Amino acid sequence: MATISVVPSKPWRPKLSRVWPDILGALFTALSSVAIVAVTPLKGRLGFSITLIVMAVITSASISWLRRDRKAALNSVSTVFVYVAAAFVIIPLASLLFEIVSKGIVGFSFGIFTKDMSLTSADSPLSEGGLLHAVIGTLYIVLLATVISTPVGFLASLYIVEVQGRFASLVRFFVQAMSGVPSIVAGLFIYAVWMIGLGNSYNVAAGAGALAILMIPTVARTAEEVLKLIPNDLREAGLALGATQWRTVAMIILPAAKSGLVTAIILGIARVAGETAPLLLTLGGADAINLNPFEGNSSALPFYVWKNYSLGNPESIQRAWLGVFVLMIMVFMFFSLARYFGRAKGANR
Amino acid sequence: MINEENREMRDSMSKIETTSAASSGADIRKEVKPSSLASVAASHESKSKSREIRDGVGLEARGIHAWFGKKLVLEDISLDFAPGTVTALIGPSGCGKSTFIRILNRMHEFIPTAALAGDVLLGGKDIYGSGVDVTKIRLKIGMVFQKPNPFPSMTIRENVLSGLRLAQIKLSNEDELLESCLLRAGLWDEVKDRLNEYGGALSGGQQQRLCIARSLAVNPKVLLMDEPCSALDPGSTLRIEETIRELSESISIVIVTHNMQQAARVSDYTGFFLSDGGPGKLIEVGSTSEIFSTPKDQRTLDYVTGRFG
Repeated sequence: MATISVVPSKPWRPKLSRVWPDILGALFTALSSVAIVAVTPLKGRLGFSITLIVMAVITSASISWLRRDRKAALNSVSTVFVYVAAAFVIIPLASLLFEIVSKGIVGFSFGIFTKDMSLTSADSPLSEGGLLHAVIGTLYIVLLATVISTPVGFLASLYIVEVQGRFASLVRFFVQAMSGVPSIVAGLFIYAVWMIGLGNSYNVAAGAGALAILMIPTVARTAEEVLKLIPNDLREAGLALGATQWRTVAMIILPAAKSGLVTAIILGIARVAGETAPLLLTLGGADAINLNPFEGNSSALPFYVWKNYSLGNPESIQRAWLGVFVLMIMVFMFFSLARYFGRAKGANR
Repeated sequence: MINEENREMRDSMSKIETTSAASSGADIRKEVKPSSLASVAASHESKSKSREIRDGVGLEARGIHAWFGKKLVLEDISLDFAPGTVTALIGPSGCGKSTFIRILNRMHEFIPTAALAGDVLLGGKDIYGSGVDVTKIRLKIGMVFQKPNPFPSMTIRENVLSGLRLAQIKLSNEDELLESCLLRAGLWDEVKDRLNEYGGALSGGQQQRLCIARSLAVNPKVLLMDEPCSALDPGSTLRIEETIRELSESISIVIVTHNMQQAARVSDYTGFFLSDGGPGKLIEVGSTSEIFSTPKDQRTLDYVTGRFG
């Protein structure tokens, strides 16, 4: 009796004999780019990158053409361009992160989260003082702005998608227009209406109000897109069971859209967490911790960065980098928490 | 198919006592215009007598016209659904069957351009009358959709009981209700150990039976089914047809189907809809055995024998 041994394999993988032209081509691309940069006036990283892209296109196209035909060559060229585009996205972001981490890690210690700057002068070493006051300010501002803009944004999106009221397209138009408002205008609006007009002084709530103006359109637009993705079957199923529209929305639509709605909040926070301009007009700035969000000057991380950077001495500039680093960590933590609590349950179709 | 139908016909014909009773039924139908299921049901006394109806409520459609925008899509449909019967609506796509059953539980009005004329009477009361609480109507007239649509954010248990939550009905014996609904929908044995899993984890056929269980939980008098088996494999279809047969002992069922065998297998009465490019019309209605053996209208005969459509 013959036994057939079956080994799991991946026959679609290219064999080594098929791969070596590609490896040679890649080597040729790299070496020829180096050579071209060496002998021609093209100099520096930029010159090298451009040469590399051009050579990669030429090499991959010729290999594909020789191996198969013109269509394969076109396919190779477009593949190279797609990879280049991906690199254009990843490289700046990665270098930005690298820059922030490498500069920010210098003065990073647990101590900066326990002290503020009230007893520290601008040019004292990084081991003195901290940015607790700015962390607290940012936490307050982001939380307050989220608390204001989430219900408003969600209800606006519900009006557009679920109620489909008479003014739905008008509301959508205004939401879109609002998302184009420059952040300084939001700050000026609060400054003019809330502070000059109504006579309030600098405080965290004013800053949060300005940021909420920026956050509402982001939350509303994203939530609108998410709600539109909920299949109409679910709405009909709810209504056919004898539910009112409100019960259907609250018990079926919103839970089904939960993870997307959390994404809407995350995008809103991402939009405003690093905003500086509105805060310059509304927070007033402080070096000490202010635990009352409704009274007194306060600080926030973007404000702290801006202030220390404009002071200009080496220690301050280091503090500014530290502030950027901490802000990045905080935004990352917001995101992780939101993702954790917003995981889609049972949507494993 | 033919054999299957023939067997079904023999079965249902044998229930009719004499051929003369059947022909007298046809006479009655000629007198009553538009053709009414009630008159047909009357001619099937043997059948009605043998069937014991528990708290059944009949549904009657009177002169239904429906529009989308300016376009008339249904013209003068009158149909009675007697308590405890299964009525199949057949006809080619786009002839208004789905529109018609959506009118029966007031889902038609969710389409912004929709308009309607005519009456739908549930137990003699117009469900479109002023002052009628539409959510109460939909509690009494349940609906199962073409695509299985369990609520993705709810477990199997929560899905079945969702009707109670949605309509804010309080019950003390929820576990009993859960079990009885899943039993009636023919799903209990498959899910009794996994009631806290999400509904989306079930197969398509199980999901559809879950949706049936969900609509049963609010104790409807009438169940409307819009091609409930069109997305399912034959095994799941068979289970759902068994479910329909069991349910028909306690409630009336209206089922839209493109599957002629299914109509022949599960229904007591069949209505044939057709649209000749204009509005959909009810061409013929009668007991399923008649529609499939000796239809009065040539178009019905052509359709059920597969000569067109």
